[in-house]
Amino acid sequence: MAEIGETATSIPVPAARSSERRRESILWLLTPRLIIGLTILLVMGGGSMILPVFAPVDPSFQGSYTRNLPPSFDHLLGTTALGQDIFWYLVYSIRNSLILGIVVAVGVTVIATTVGLSAGFVGGNFERFVMLIVDTIITIPLLPVLIILGALIRGNTSFLAVGFIIIIFGWAWDARTVRSMALSLREREFINMARFSGANTPQIILREVFPYVSAYILVGFINVILFAINTEAALAVIGLSKVEVPTLGSVIFWALNFNALFTGHYAWMIAPIVATVTLFLGLFLTSTGFNAAFATKRGVQ
Amino acid sequence: MGVVTFIAKRIALYFAVLFIGLSITFALPRFMPVNPIDGYIGELQSRASATIAPEGLAELRKSLEELYGLQGSVFEQYLAYMKRVVIDFDFGPSYTYFPHPVSSMLAEALPWTMGLLMTATVIAWCLGNTVGLVAGYFYKKRAASILEFVGILLYPIPYYILAISVLMIFAYIFPIFPLSATFPVGALTLDKAGTILFNSLLPGLALVLAGFGWNILSMKALAIATSEEPYVTFARLKGTTHRTRMIRYVFRNALLPQVTALALSLGVIFNGALLTEIIFSYPGIGLIMRQAASGGDYNVLYGAITVSIIAVATAGLLIDLAYPLLDPRIRHK
Repeated sequence: MAEIGETATSIPVPAARSSERRRESILWLLTPRLIIGLTILLVMGGGSMILPVFAPVDPSFQGSYTRNLPPSFDHLLGTTALGQDIFWYLVYSIRNSLILGIVVAVGVTVIATTVGLSAGFVGGNFERFVMLIVDTIITIPLLPVLIILGALIRGNTSFLAVGFIIIIFGWAWDARTVRSMALSLREREFINMARFSGANTPQIILREVFPYVSAYILVGFINVILFAINTEAALAVIGLSKVEVPTLGSVIFWALNFNALFTGHYAWMIAPIVATVTLFLGLFLTSTGFNAAFATKRGVQ
Repeated sequence: MGVVTFIAKRIALYFAVLFIGLSITFALPRFMPVNPIDGYIGELQSRASATIAPEGLAELRKSLEELYGLQGSVFEQYLAYMKRVVIDFDFGPSYTYFPHPVSSMLAEALPWTMGLLMTATVIAWCLGNTVGLVAGYFYKKRAASILEFVGILLYPIPYYILAISVLMIFAYIFPIFPLSATFPVGALTLDKAGTILFNSLLPGLALVLAGFGWNILSMKALAIATSEEPYVTFARLKGTTHRTRMIRYVFRNALLPQVTALALSLGVIFNGALLTEIIFSYPGIGLIMRQAASGGDYNVLYGAITVSIIAVATAGLLIDLAYPLLDPRIRHK
């Protein structure tokens, strides 16, 4: 009897989504991996958004302080060869990189979800055409494109324009994932049920499919933040982004440019590396943590 | 019949991808708000402190437009561009190394890029998949989670950080390798080949580390899922050894999605290779692009991106064409 009772309760009943059940499932989400990831993100994200209010000067201005100071109480990580406080420069860098990442992630998620869901559900020639474009964009290596655009624009652009370019060439991967999800969803019972009840395709996508894929979209969102920060930083390290704006890449660009290691300026080089690795680990743990938790909730694993 | 349809479809996709890719390359600079010729002329003017006569400027502009293929309507330019790239494989002369043709510059650089890239990718793929397979097959053991931990630590590190850290550790803290490596050109002697090989180890290591983490994580997830399949249980009940089950049952099936993933991620891997070349000053396509970007050498840039697209698309095609050899389901459909 007990066995029957157990199987009966383990059948997911969508109607029984009381607030109590939801609270329970949110606690379920908190695996150790996710807790570590979220803590890193909260500390670094919150810190970089709030701290700039207390910054004595905007660190992107050069020559505010004496050059090449060693770490001290006044300058926690010392100053650069351009007379900027490394600690504050780093805080601004993390903030700018995160903002860029979030802006790109919003753009990419909107485009990828729209394109992917519509391709999966409309099907036919439309799907074939869309997938051809998607496959092409995936095949085109992004870095050469960005190098060309960087050379053409030659710094005559705003920092967010770099983000815009990353959106244009970055949505294809996610669109592919969303579409393959849509393909598997298309055959499910509850979609047929909605269709037979008279719902049209936009309604089905919005009301039936979207709630189902939203967990994946969240995971994808975090992954795009990673991708965007990484891409801009890589471009900045080789000097082809807007290097005057402090980002996680431009810090390293200037440190390399002034041979920070040879002049014994370890903090300038190592601090951004540590900050980048920590931030990326935080983002990665959060995204895989969410993914695993959602999978457990759906009963996949 | 299944294989023929599969190959025909894949080759059609290849040409479509190339066509669209080349069209985007053509359109890219034309959608930009800046005109490289204006920039170039402006630079010349300021260098000559505005002493060039207007007639001279007009003539200069005309010859530059001719050189860049910017004459006639956009459609005519497009046809001329496609003809030049596809049939003649001609990208015009380089500006910085005038009149050295771009195509020969790229032909010199391509073997460097491909050699480093292919060696590193093959090593990273084999190593990562082996570690991932073991970690996934024995996922209940403690050692497996340590292997996975390596993957989790390595994978999210951005590539440029990996490359710079490798350079810092092995060339600065432990000065085993030279900080700025030299790659001798010209006829290959045994001595030179040794130097090239030695100096390629560091960029190769960075690339291997980058590909390694992802392969571990992805293969581990696949191997766990596959080892729960009924046919693996059946094989266990039949009395096969761990070794047989791991290699012939789990690996054989988990291999297929990994091959597909490799084909799809070629573009990303290629990006990594370009960054490596720039950071380690390794004389491939990436270094040429970086130098061309700072020198405003647009012919070289367009040549390099075209070659990049063709290289990545062709490599993807070759991997996909090898797929029926690995997956009997396509062969026997």
